[in-house]
Amino acid sequence: MVDSKHQWKAWLYLSPAIILLLVFTVWPIFNTLRMAFLNGYGNMAAMGGATFQFGIENFLKVIEYDKFLDCLKTTAILCVATVPISTTLALLIAVALNSIKPLQKTLQTIFFLPYVTNSIAIGMVFATMFNIVGYNPVEKVADTWGIINNVIQFFGGEGISWINQGSTYTANIAVMIVYIVWNALPFKILILLGGLQSINKQYYDAAKVDGTPKARVLTRITIPLLSPMLAYVIITGFIGGFKEYSSIVGIFGEKMGPPDDAGRLNTMVGFVYDALEKDRQGLASAGALILFVIILVVTLFNNKVIKKHVHY
Amino acid sequence: MSNTKTMNVMQERDVRTRTIGQKIFKVLGKTGTYIFLLVMALIILFPFYWMIISSLKTLAEYRQAVPTFWPRQIMWGNYAEAFTKANLGDLFMNTLYVGLVSTVLSLVITVLSAFAFARLEFKGKETLFGALLATMMIPGELFTITNYITVNNLGWMHTFTALIVPFLVSVFYIYLLRQNFMQIPNELYLAAKVDGTSDIKYLWKVMIPLALPTLISITILKMMGAWNSYIWPKLVANDAAHQMITNGLRNAFTDTTGQANYPVQMAAVAIVSAPLFLVFLCLRKYIMQGVSRSGIKG
Repeated sequence: MVDSKHQWKAWLYLSPAIILLLVFTVWPIFNTLRMAFLNGYGNMAAMGGATFQFGIENFLKVIEYDKFLDCLKTTAILCVATVPISTTLALLIAVALNSIKPLQKTLQTIFFLPYVTNSIAIGMVFATMFNIVGYNPVEKVADTWGIINNVIQFFGGEGISWINQGSTYTANIAVMIVYIVWNALPFKILILLGGLQSINKQYYDAAKVDGTPKARVLTRITIPLLSPMLAYVIITGFIGGFKEYSSIVGIFGEKMGPPDDAGRLNTMVGFVYDALEKDRQGLASAGALILFVIILVVTLFNNKVIKKHVHY
Repeated sequence: MSNTKTMNVMQERDVRTRTIGQKIFKVLGKTGTYIFLLVMALIILFPFYWMIISSLKTLAEYRQAVPTFWPRQIMWGNYAEAFTKANLGDLFMNTLYVGLVSTVLSLVITVLSAFAFARLEFKGKETLFGALLATMMIPGELFTITNYITVNNLGWMHTFTALIVPFLVSVFYIYLLRQNFMQIPNELYLAAKVDGTSDIKYLWKVMIPLALPTLISITILKMMGAWNSYIWPKLVANDAAHQMITNGLRNAFTDTTGQANYPVQMAAVAIVSAPLFLVFLCLRKYIMQGVSRSGIKG
C-alpha cells in the first residue's frame, strides 16, 4: 500500500494545514518562550534593531508588579467562587431534568439558551440590570435603581451600588459571579444530562427493589457513575475560569472596572493583552507562561483529587 | 384465630396508608422538581425578557423610579436608531464575510487533512497526528502574543486576512472528522480506486455526505466563533472598515454612566443576539451535539 505516490499525495493534502500550523501554532510556541526570556523584549524595538539580553527579568517584573497580583487575586476569586456554584446548580438541574418526562425537551432548550449568546452583548444586559441611572451618592437618590436593586428593595433590603461610581470590590465581584454562573450553566447541564442519560437503568431498578431512599440513590449511584463527567466539567470550568476576560468587558467595558477605579477587575488574560498592546511582548509572554503554569498545576491538582473519587 | 385476622387487617391498612403516603410523597417530589426547574428556567430567561422589554421602552419610561414590566408605549423606533447608531449594517456584513470565508476555507483544509489521516498511509503519520493533538493542550493566549507580532510584521494589521488566516486550522476539527471518516469502511475506498475514481470525487461523493452532520456542526461552531470573537479582532482590526459585530457593539456603547440611551443600547444587543437564536432554534440538534463533543465555546 505504501508507495511513493501515496506518500506524495498525503503530504499534498496535509500541506495547507501544516503550513498554517507551522506559522500560527508551532512558531508561536517557540517564539513566545524566547520572548519571555529576553529581558524587556518589544517587537517595535526589535524591528528597529535593538537586541535584548537573555534572562528572567520579565518574570521578575511580572511578579513584582503589584497590579499583576491584583489580577491574579481577581482571577482566583472568580474561579474558586463560580466553579462550585455552577457545578452544583448544573448537577441539581440535570438530575431534576432527567427525572421528568413532560416539558423535558422545552426546559432543556431553555437551559441551553445562555450558551448561544454573545458574552459581551448579554454582559451589557446584566450591566443594565445592576445599573443605577442618575445616582446621587450624597442624597442616595436615583432615577432608576436597576431591576436587581428594585427586587432587593421589594423584599425590604437596601439598594446598593453594584457597578457604578463608589461601588465596592465585593459588589463588583458579586455581579461577576452571578453573570459567570449564568453563563457557565448551559454547557455543564448539557454534559451532565448526557452523562445521566447514559447510566444503565438497571442500577435504579435495583435500588427501587431494595427501597433505597432518593437521597441515597443520588449519593451512592448517580454521583459516582456521573463522576467522569463531573470531573470533566470541573476541570474545564477551572481552565475557563483562569482565562476569564470577555465577561468582564461585557459588564464593565474595556475599563475593566467601575468608572472611578478602572482596571480594578482586570484578570490575568487582561494583563497579558494590555502588555501586548503596549508593545511589551516580553512581559506579555512571561505573563502568559505564568498563566499556563498555573492552569497546568491546577489541572494536575484537580486530576489528583478527582482520581481518588472518580469511578470509571 | 380472630387475633391473626385483626392483625392481617391492621397490616393491610398499614400497607395501604404507606402506599398512599408514598404516593403523596412522590407527587410532592415531582411538584418540587417542577417548581425548582421552572424557577431556574425563569432566572435563566429573565435577562432576555429584560433586554426585550427595555429595548421597547421610551427613555423616560426606562428612567422611572418604579420599573414597568411591559412597555406602555412600544418604541420600535429604538431598533432603527440602534441599527444606525451602532452602524450594525456594516458590522453585520464584515462579520458575515469573515465568518463565511473562514468557514469555507477551514472546511476545505479540515476535510483534506482528515482524509489524509484517515485513509492514506505515509511515513510518520501517527507521530504527526500525536504532535497535532499535543498542541491542543496549550492555552490560546500563548499563540496570540506571537501571532499578533506575525500579523504585524506581515503587514496584515487592519485587514480581513488577519481575522481569517490565523484560525483556519483547528486541530480539534481535524480530529473530529478523522474519527468520522475512519468509521467509513476502507473497502469502499479501495473499490472506488479499482473503478478509477479520483480521490476528490470519492471524497465529494461518498465521504462528505456520510460525514455531513459533523461538517454541519463545524460550520455552525465556526460561524458562532466569528459572531462572538472579541479579543483577537480588538487587537488586530479594530478600525471602522473591518470591525466585527461584537467589537462594534461594545465600542458604540461605552458610556456606562450618565445619560446613555439604554433602550437603544438594549435594542442593539437584541439585534446582535437574534441571529444566533434563530440559528439555534433551527439547528438545535447539531449545535448541542457539536458542543457536547467539542466542549468549546465558538
